[in-house]
Amino acid sequence: MSQFLQLLFSGLTVGATYALSALGFSMIYNASGVINFAQGEFIMLGGMVAAVLTASGLPLPFAVVAAILVVAFVGLLVEKLAIEPARDADITSIIIITIGVSMILRGVVEVTLGKGNLTLPHFSGDTPIAIGGATLLPQSLWVMVVTAVVVVALAAFFGRTRVGKGILATAHNRLAAQLVGVDVKKVLLASFGLAAALGAVGGVLITPIATTSYDAGLMLGLKGFVAATFGGLGSGVGAIAGGVLLGLIETMTAGYVSSSYKDAVPFVLVLVVLVVRPRGLFGLGSSDRV
Amino acid sequence: MQKFVKTAVAALSLAAVAAVPALAADPIKIGSVLSVTGPAAFLGDPEAKTLQLYVEKLNAAGGLLGRKIELVTYDDGSDAAKANGFTKRLIEDDKVDVILGGTTTGATMGMVPLVERAEMPFISLAGAVVIVEPVKKWVFKTPHTDRMAAERVFADMKKRGFSKLALLSETSGFGQSGRKETIAAAAKAGIEIVADETYGPKDTDVTAQLTKIKGIAGAQALLVFGLGQGPAIVTKNIAQLGLKLPHYESHGVASAQYIQLSGDASEGVRLPAAALIVADDLPAADPQKPVVTGYAKAYSEAFKAEVSTFGGHAYDALMIYADAVKRAGGTDKAKVRDAIEATKGFIGTGGVVNMSATDHMGLDVTAFKMLEIKGGKWTLVD
Repeated sequence: MSQFLQLLFSGLTVGATYALSALGFSMIYNASGVINFAQGEFIMLGGMVAAVLTASGLPLPFAVVAAILVVAFVGLLVEKLAIEPARDADITSIIIITIGVSMILRGVVEVTLGKGNLTLPHFSGDTPIAIGGATLLPQSLWVMVVTAVVVVALAAFFGRTRVGKGILATAHNRLAAQLVGVDVKKVLLASFGLAAALGAVGGVLITPIATTSYDAGLMLGLKGFVAATFGGLGSGVGAIAGGVLLGLIETMTAGYVSSSYKDAVPFVLVLVVLVVRPRGLFGLGSSDRV
Repeated sequence: MQKFVKTAVAALSLAAVAAVPALAADPIKIGSVLSVTGPAAFLGDPEAKTLQLYVEKLNAAGGLLGRKIELVTYDDGSDAAKANGFTKRLIEDDKVDVILGGTTTGATMGMVPLVERAEMPFISLAGAVVIVEPVKKWVFKTPHTDRMAAERVFADMKKRGFSKLALLSETSGFGQSGRKETIAAAAKAGIEIVADETYGPKDTDVTAQLTKIKGIAGAQALLVFGLGQGPAIVTKNIAQLGLKLPHYESHGVASAQYIQLSGDASEGVRLPAAALIVADDLPAADPQKPVVTGYAKAYSEAFKAEVSTFGGHAYDALMIYADAVKRAGGTDKAKVRDAIEATKGFIGTGGVVNMSATDHMGLDVTAFKMLEIKGGKWTLVD
């Protein structure tokens, strides 16, 4: 029983990190229909900047806030310099541009911040909390709680505010949105800034558990993308469900079957789900124009 | 980046030629293919720096046999296919006298057929046994093998009265080669492997595998075979779960970064490593003491960075070649090859090297020291 509980906690911890990454994908997908493959690099950048700042003596809370601001600014820059000039290109081209952006970000970090692995102190200490013979790190609770808060906040933002609705409208039909007075240029800019900040939040939360390095974004981005597709791109609940399910399936496979199949089993399941439900578990219905 | 390296190398060699116009003899050309960037950069970067530093030092001391040394380095970006292309270029265009490197086993094995055909002396800086077993006429290597690491751990386990081992290996090339060699060596050493689990090099949590190992009755020790951040995460997870098994790591984590990343959780972890890591703690009578303290001091002064065993492998390769050139009285490739094979009692950062026609590495298991982390520092166990 305690073994099951431990695997459950492990799965939730891993799943929450995937979910945070998946949320960033959903965010930009909502605003533009683009899958931003640089999302993983935003996560990496958040962790790296915060780690470098704390290492240089800045207190943790300041380093975290500074890292989120820096990464949000990078997100804005990316949109201005790489995405906006190509706004007339089709979605596929823009997706390819984001892959290029991810390589540039990775390269710049490798050259400026180095190739080493860095870490951050745990926010509330690293004494594990024991529950029923299993243990959970306080940092895992941070990850889970913040993920939940972010989802609720995003749902409120998209569902209840003018800006949020404007973003959704732009994704749905850019021309129509423009005609009713939405500044579509600003919408895309804002969504990249937000997604980058979101990525940075994920990065600083995960780094104490997982450590970070210039190439950490690759795996986080990939798993986040899989989780987002699994749960349904564009859906906040879907991102969470996809991430947590992916994490749980991975750890249960490692614990009860064999760690050699840990990565294979969830990917096969995801394929099955996508064949049965191409839009993912919680995918929004078809967005064809009426 | 590649282009930049090429240009930089070209510029450097031009500068080197321009700087010594009066020198009568041709320079000795040392070619090198290293993974200076990419995933294996933490290995290739200190190797490249070490070669550069010591070639400068040798030249400042008058070169080899009165001839200057010219170093040509290419960066394969941790891509084994590129290593092959650069080797071709070193042999055909740069017409080097020796090739050092191949940072990874993959790169090295891609280079082997070329150097064998060209009859080019080649000293690899990669770990796996397969490089020198079976013996290839022109191929040598300086680092310890993963099999030796496993054997050293087994010896320590037996001393402590353990015979049942839980194995947790990384799915990287290093980890899987280590897993294979550990399982192969276990039967001979009378060690029983009671768990055989794996984790991915970029996994953020390994508690599931450790929970499974915790549930296995009879395991007396845990061996983790991996590189970089993975073992640090494993170590932190072990502390989180309160797993009390004696914990061994491989020589893959023998760098200060491992202790930094895993913090207090690394207390009491044991691992086999080269003497270089504990240079200052070695007894004065140890024959390696002057070599390792000298290298550690020179490297950390030149690059303001912690010394790693990987750079030490490059130091050993360069010095073994220099020693062989002196004994061969020139750079004739066949004579130098024979001289490298005849290396005896050479003291490097990796240990005392005694090569032979059947052993192109020349290290034995005593080259590994058993270390334990105490108070955040490496200490010698015996």
